[in-house]
Order: sequence, then C-alpha cells, then structure tokens
Amino acid sequence: MIRIENLVKSFGAKRAVDGVSFNVERGEVLGFLGPNGAGKSTTMRMITGFMPPTAGKVTVGGHDVAESPLEAKRLMGYLPENAAAYPDMTVRGFLEFAAELRGLHGAKRKQAVHRVVELCFLESVLRQSIDTLSKGYKHRTCLAQALIHDPDVLIMDEPTDGLDPNQKHEVRNLIRGLGKKKAIVFSTHILEEVDAACTRAIIIDRGKIVANGTPEALRNMSDLAGAVTLSAHGATAEKLSELGKVEDLGGAFRVYPRDKSKASELAQAIVDLVAREGWKVEGMYSERGELDEVFRRITLPDTVKK
Amino acid sequence: MRAIFTIAKRELVGYFTSPVAYVFLVMFLLLTGFFTFTAGNFFERGEASLAAFFGWHPWLYLVLVPAVGMRVWAEERRSGTMELLLTMPVATWQAILAKFLASWIFLGLALVLTFPAIITVNLLGDPDNGIIAAGYVGSFLLAGAYLAVSCMTSAMTRNQVVAFILSVVVCLFLVLAGFNPVTDLMVRWASPAVVDTVAAFSVVTHYDAFQRGVIDGRDLLFFLSVIGFALFATGVIIRGHRSG
Repeated sequence: MIRIENLVKSFGAKRAVDGVSFNVERGEVLGFLGPNGAGKSTTMRMITGFMPPTAGKVTVGGHDVAESPLEAKRLMGYLPENAAAYPDMTVRGFLEFAAELRGLHGAKRKQAVHRVVELCFLESVLRQSIDTLSKGYKHRTCLAQALIHDPDVLIMDEPTDGLDPNQKHEVRNLIRGLGKKKAIVFSTHILEEVDAACTRAIIIDRGKIVANGTPEALRNMSDLAGAVTLSAHGATAEKLSELGKVEDLGGAFRVYPRDKSKASELAQAIVDLVAREGWKVEGMYSERGELDEVFRRITLPDTVKK
Repeated sequence: MRAIFTIAKRELVGYFTSPVAYVFLVMFLLLTGFFTFTAGNFFERGEASLAAFFGWHPWLYLVLVPAVGMRVWAEERRSGTMELLLTMPVATWQAILAKFLASWIFLGLALVLTFPAIITVNLLGDPDNGIIAAGYVGSFLLAGAYLAVSCMTSAMTRNQVVAFILSVVVCLFLVLAGFNPVTDLMVRWASPAVVDTVAAFSVVTHYDAFQRGVIDGRDLLFFLSVIGFALFATGVIIRGHRSG
C-alpha cells in the first residue's frame, strides 16, 4: 500500500531524512522507531503529503503523493504529533467536520461518527469542547478523526504519547486490531509498543534506516539473544566456560553461545553438563534478547557503546 | 467546492463559539457610531448622506480587520491543526479561500448590522440610497482587501501579535499611499506621474470613488486584485513553510 523510495528531506544543510526506502503492505503494522530528532515525524509528514520531499518518491495505494495528492490523501488517515485538534469545537462537531472533509455527508456522516465514537470510547465527552478534554480523550478524539473514513492506510505520529498505561494498552489493542485489514505506520520511542502491536519495526537514526525486521529478528540482534542463564547449586564458571563465554551475575551464571545460529544447542549442552556434574538446578532460562539494548547499540554513537 | 463550504462553515461557527465575534461586533458598532455621530459631526453636516459614516472606515478597519485576520493561519500553525487540515483531501488554495471567505462574510455581517445608520438618514432626510449602496459595496471590498493582507501576514508567523502588527503596517501603507497629506508631501520632490502611480496603489483613491456613488470596473478590479494577490502570496508562504 505504501511505497517509499529513497526519500530525502533537507532543512538547509541538514539532512533530516536521508535516503529512506521501505514498503508497507495491507495487514502490516509497521513500528517506526528512533531517538528524538531522528526524522520520524518528517518522514510521516512526507508520506501524508504535508511536506514535499527534497528528493525521492512516496506512493500510497498506487497514487504518487506529490503528483496526485488528493487521491493519495483520500486513502490515508493521519494522527499528527501531539494530536492537534480545533480547541473551540466540540468532539462531535470536530468529528463531523472531519467526516465532511472526507466527503461523508448526511446519513453516511452520522454513521461514520457513530462508528468512531464507539471505537475510541468517546460517548461520554461528545458534547464537550476539545479544550476541556483530558489529554487521553483529546488523543482519542484525534485518533477518531483519523479513522472516520475507515482508511486503508493509517499514519500515526506517537499515538500513545502522553497516555496513561491503561489508555496505552487500549490504543495498542486498537492498532493491532485495525492492522489486520489496513496498512499502518506508527512512530514511537517506547520499545514495548513494538512487541505489543507491530508486525515489523524499522529503526531510524539521523535520517537513515539502521534496522528493519520483525520484532523477533531485531531482538535476535541483541548480544543477549540465545544466552542461557543458569542458577544452580555447585555450578562453577570454570566448567561452564567450556560451552561459551560466561558472565558471573552473582548467584547465577549467564552463558553466551559461541555461535548464535546454534543457540538452541547451548541449552541442551548445559542440561547435559548439569546432569554430568550433579548440580542442583534452581533456575534456568533462555534469554530472548532485549529490544532496548539493540536500540541503544545501533542508535548511539560509537563512543558510548559499551 | 463542498470542501470550501465545509471549512468556511467551521470557521464562521468558530467565530461565534468564541468571544471573538461578540467582542468584535460590539466594538465595531460602538466605534462606527462614535466616529459617525461624534467625531464625524453627522448632525452638524446638515446633509442626508452617510459620508460621515463611510469616511472613517479606512481608518477603523485598519485596526479592526487585522484583529479578525490575525488568527486565521497563525492559530492553525500554533496549535498544529494546519497539519491536520492540509493532510485532508483538500487543496491548499481551497483552504485559503475558504478561510478568507468565512472571515469576509463575518465582516460583511458586521457591516450589515450598521443598518440603523441607513434608517437614521432616511428618517431625517432624503438621501440618495444608490450612493449609500455603492458606499457599502466599497466598504465591503475595502474590508476584503485588508482581510486578505491580514491572512497573508497571519500565514507568516505562529504569533498572532506579530501577524497583527505586520498587517496594520501593510494596510497603513495601502491607506497612506493615497492619503492627501502624504501625496501633498510627495508632490514636493516626486514627479506627478510617480505620485499618481503610488496613489493608484492606495485603497483610499479607489474607495473614494465608491463613496461618490460610482462603481467603476477599474476600482472593483483593484480591490479584487489586491485580494487575489494577497491570497496567492498566502499560498506561497504556506507552501514555503511546509517545505521547511
């Protein structure tokens, strides 16, 4: 649904987005990760047609955003950063306004507003003006606006920013549910969200894509991935180091596989060793790798790497 | 077309859901009343016309119209709703035109509410209502020209105060270029051709024709081209802002 080819955006001498290419198909939820100022919002603004790119091309549903912006915009719903909405309007008025701009009038408009109000739990604030809403409701109002025409493509800039944990959970579930039938791109810098909602994640740093894969694949990039942590009575680092590099965690040992592709064999080898030595096992588990470790490693400059 | 209507409706309703509309209408009517009857010596003139009423409009609008126009784009930029509006399936020119039209209609409404002035002169004397009608047309066009300039300055900044001041300065130029004390001053050192050219850019020169009851195509064209130019410039400014 979304094709991005070699997208570049320069602000003066600074390249905010520098040769970004990726595709998003229907049924995919793409998490767009990156530190602040990495170019996430700028990329999204170019996808939605708010900003013209310096170079490169964005097509949405086959329509070039630069050449036929109206056709492309019709297919997209957009939740801008900070969930901007007209503060003097009521929630209902705002949603009706959005519906009309999306070409929904009369009964269709009423139906569309009703649908998103249920989807985003806005029933109780329908008559309130937007500037009196709490941040969570304001966010959901803006999200409702993005969903009003049931778009095929949904672009969301930090959809869970400023929400409380319950609201975050709701929004993630909503995204995951919607993702089955739509192509969704959302940006975040909260890594747990990637696990909770994404089918694929892209990490962008200083305008360039530095990682692109399923959350699982990204996690496997972690040093920790495949390591086995063992806490057993009688265990010694000496014996364990036959199997791989050992880290003493104090009361437990973490064994890193020599070869990541053979990580599954490590656990078996440890079990065999434990049986041979007659150690008493208190706990043993395989590490999945941590996304935030991967994130830190690839987005921090070399000097800060541990 | 429908998008223009939708946006304009939202703008216009927006005026009345905030205090802006009411403050503006009351101030406008109070000030027009004051200038017409007190400062304009309406009764002492002894003539059945609204010259005292219309004569003040270029000055009154100088302050009041930028107060309406300053928020048009600056507010959208400040609150981030501009991003929302311009990622809707709406062309930028449609949004610009819709927002301008809504504010212009609002100013027209303010002008309509001065109808007691017409009743007053008609009760007191026997005015030429054709001249009064032409005067209203001129006044409405004048307000439109100032408003378009305000929309333009409003697009330049996210700060409404800056937009207001810029707009007053530009509109002041549009007034002063043809204001008699200024043209008299210019005659001393500039050739008459230059003075006439500069004066031709003034809204006052064209506005006065309407007050004499003359609706000249050239004067109409002048106001419409000021509006057209300012709105076009608004589009260029907004595009520049989006390009970063």
